[in-house]
Amino acid sequence: MLAAFLRSDFLYLFVRRPMVVAAFAVTLAVVGGAVLAPWIAPTNPYDLASFSLIDGLKPPVWAAGGDPRFLLGTDDQGRDMVSSILYGARLSLVIGVSAMAIASVLGVGLGLAAGYFGGRLDALVMRIADIQLALPAILTALLIDGVSRGILPPSAQQDLRVFVLILAIALSLWVNFARTARASTFVERNREYVQAAIIMGQHPLRIMAVHILPNILGPLLVIMTVDLAAAILLEATLSFLGIGLPASSPSLGTLIRIGMQFLLSGEWWILWMPTAFLVALVVAINVLGDFLRDVFNPRLR
Amino acid sequence: MLLVENLTVKFPGRWGEFTAIEDVSMRVERGEIHGLVGESGAGKSTIGAAIIGLLQPPGYVAGGTLRLGETDLRTLSPEAQHRIRGKRISMIFQDPQTSLNPLMTVESQLLETILTHEDIGVEAARARAIALLEETGIRDAATRMRAYPHQFSGGMRQRVVIALALCTNPELIVADEPTTALDVAVQSQVLDLIRAMADRRGVGIVLITHDIGVIARITDRVTVLRGGRVMEAGPTAEVLGRPQNPYTQALMAAVPRLERRLPRFLLPESDEGARVLEVKGGAVPEGASAEHAAAWLMAGARGTDAGHALEIADLGVKFAGTRTSLWKRPAPFVALDGVSLAVRAGSVMGVVGESGSGKSTLARAVVGLVQPAAGTMRFQGAPLAPARERGRHDPARRAIQMVFQDPYSSLNNRQRIGDILSEPLMIYGLEPDRAARLRLAASVLDLVGLPMAAIHRYPHQFSGGQRQRIAVARALLARPEFLICDEPTSALDVSIQAQILNLLKDLQEQFNLSILFISHNLAVVRQMADDIVVMKGGKIVESGDSEAFFTSPQHPYSQDLLRLTPSLALIAA
Repeated sequence: MLAAFLRSDFLYLFVRRPMVVAAFAVTLAVVGGAVLAPWIAPTNPYDLASFSLIDGLKPPVWAAGGDPRFLLGTDDQGRDMVSSILYGARLSLVIGVSAMAIASVLGVGLGLAAGYFGGRLDALVMRIADIQLALPAILTALLIDGVSRGILPPSAQQDLRVFVLILAIALSLWVNFARTARASTFVERNREYVQAAIIMGQHPLRIMAVHILPNILGPLLVIMTVDLAAAILLEATLSFLGIGLPASSPSLGTLIRIGMQFLLSGEWWILWMPTAFLVALVVAINVLGDFLRDVFNPRLR
Repeated sequence: MLLVENLTVKFPGRWGEFTAIEDVSMRVERGEIHGLVGESGAGKSTIGAAIIGLLQPPGYVAGGTLRLGETDLRTLSPEAQHRIRGKRISMIFQDPQTSLNPLMTVESQLLETILTHEDIGVEAARARAIALLEETGIRDAATRMRAYPHQFSGGMRQRVVIALALCTNPELIVADEPTTALDVAVQSQVLDLIRAMADRRGVGIVLITHDIGVIARITDRVTVLRGGRVMEAGPTAEVLGRPQNPYTQALMAAVPRLERRLPRFLLPESDEGARVLEVKGGAVPEGASAEHAAAWLMAGARGTDAGHALEIADLGVKFAGTRTSLWKRPAPFVALDGVSLAVRAGSVMGVVGESGSGKSTLARAVVGLVQPAAGTMRFQGAPLAPARERGRHDPARRAIQMVFQDPYSSLNNRQRIGDILSEPLMIYGLEPDRAARLRLAASVLDLVGLPMAAIHRYPHQFSGGQRQRIAVARALLARPEFLICDEPTSALDVSIQAQILNLLKDLQEQFNLSILFISHNLAVVRQMADDIVVMKGGKIVESGDSEAFFTSPQHPYSQDLLRLTPSLALIAA
């Protein structure tokens, strides 16, 4: 197994692209930092007792007046920026990955069925997808946010904010998966191995799961990476606009929103540090997505 | 005129340099057609690409001489090479559909080419374009050439491509499989045209093809290639009539003859032999063997010799036509029209016809992929449900099996061979135990001449011929009584084709199968069929005993078909 991987085209192409290796390293570092945040972060930004106002607005260590305890400085409350960012990235990634996972299961399922059965089901699913595309993601999120505020008791609202956000993002991303899955399924459905399975009288669900799905996985994996980046950005956008997570449990987007207030008063690091972090993460994921597309499309090599 | 000496072409790759062409020499004189023939991977197209300077990177000419007249083609700068292409060397590609620009009229494509290479003014160029199209057999060329490529039929389009290749009066034309995409009747006209061009204009032509019939028909000299090396070269009649090289002899023995039926082909020593040995490692299930598979298949044999296996009466199939108006329903396209035939139990029925004659639609209607609009089908005396009424558990789904044309798309690339072969056993409920299924899968691989350890591999690790054996094995594991083979060998090389045909004959005899054998290749059908039907435009024009048909065809269309099929008879005589 390992020997096969070491000989594969994937690894061969991978080590020959320094950009891709760098992007992989960045992604790995961010994901590692986010997952291990409770153990490696200097302080816990959710724990009010762990920081004090006296440490507020300290610049990063390399700037004049920096404090060696706070590598990237502190915000007005005296919270360590490194810790805020790591905990924020944790939330952003959880929301991004869950939204992407829900969107891919929903989208691939509907796309497979639409492509396989065609006809009315196909028309119905794709028209819904068209309508979904016409609605801006923010509008969808506002809609779900509003509905959830209307039907959920106020006590539950705060706890469920994360889930509302995940649902809103997933609903605006499933269309990509559905369209790609449907187009690939159309192609595969007319290939002879699928025809052979149909002649054999195999159940449609088995044909879709065993025969078609593994053969269309390539393009879907590419969309998964690109949409993961999109989901993280969308979460940041929503949080930035204040529809997302509250300041008490800040994600990267919330941190950027808080930082905005300090942009013109000289405390640049409060805005710039989480922003740079977000940009690095999203660019790295997109580079990996491009690389996957090259691997799965031999014609582009 | 064209001189190729000791040509060597290499492709550097991840695993070291691959030598595609090694030490190939040939010359082409004015007015001569020089055939390059060989099986896939022989390097015929690579030689053509090297001559015209369009080798796919990273391939490069590693050694040897390439001269056109006095010009050394190897030392030319890329710009000089670009000027020579089209001006002194032209190319004719396989598929006229893709070698013409669909967004430009034929006229503008011809004018563009002429004006790029010569400074003669638009009117003179147009006059030459019209003259050329007339010469290649397009009537009323002055008006026809304002049309777009899609408004021409396949044969007409290839004539346009030939006119395009000739419009700068080149000295040499490289034709890469120029008639492979065409039906026999059109192929014969295009070949005649190429011959006439060589004779009349004195153009030298390098004709690349895998079809020995085409070589026999129009080339003066031929070079037989294998694995990038010259096996044998010389005047066509000599090389094909009295082959000296063992490989050429074996190749000639594997070509199906239109003029006689052989009980079995003599098999050339194959390139696949080496690959088979590579499949090692992975356990073979205990007790697996060809005998086990044969015994299992015989135990389930229910075929009888009496009566008809399949009877079809007045079968009609219609497809939705192209919509021409928003208000009117489009007229349906009639794919099959009143087709009736009966396949005797234990016999092989050949179905021949050109593309679009409805052969494949017939097969698809029988296996239940296409809903017939009219007619009835009976299988072993009982009514055979049409597609929509045929349930998933209909017994006919097991009894009727199909072998597809393209072995590269008929196997699921993400399944192991063992799983692919276990599927019919599982779906038809023939063998509930997983270990027993794998044992049978391995056994049937042995039966069709593949190593049993192949059950652990994926399809992409096998060549086209091996994949087709796997597809046959899958069909066998349903314990079929009736086999439909839709062009089972048309994607394969001649020597592999001979192996697969031998295999099908062996299996048919051993298990008393009834077979519906569909092919556009009359010579192949003659080797297989007991009875034959000829289809044209969705109708059957002639049917009857196969040998009687090949000796004295009755319908004028059948007579044309037989006459126009390139044959080796003139040489072998």
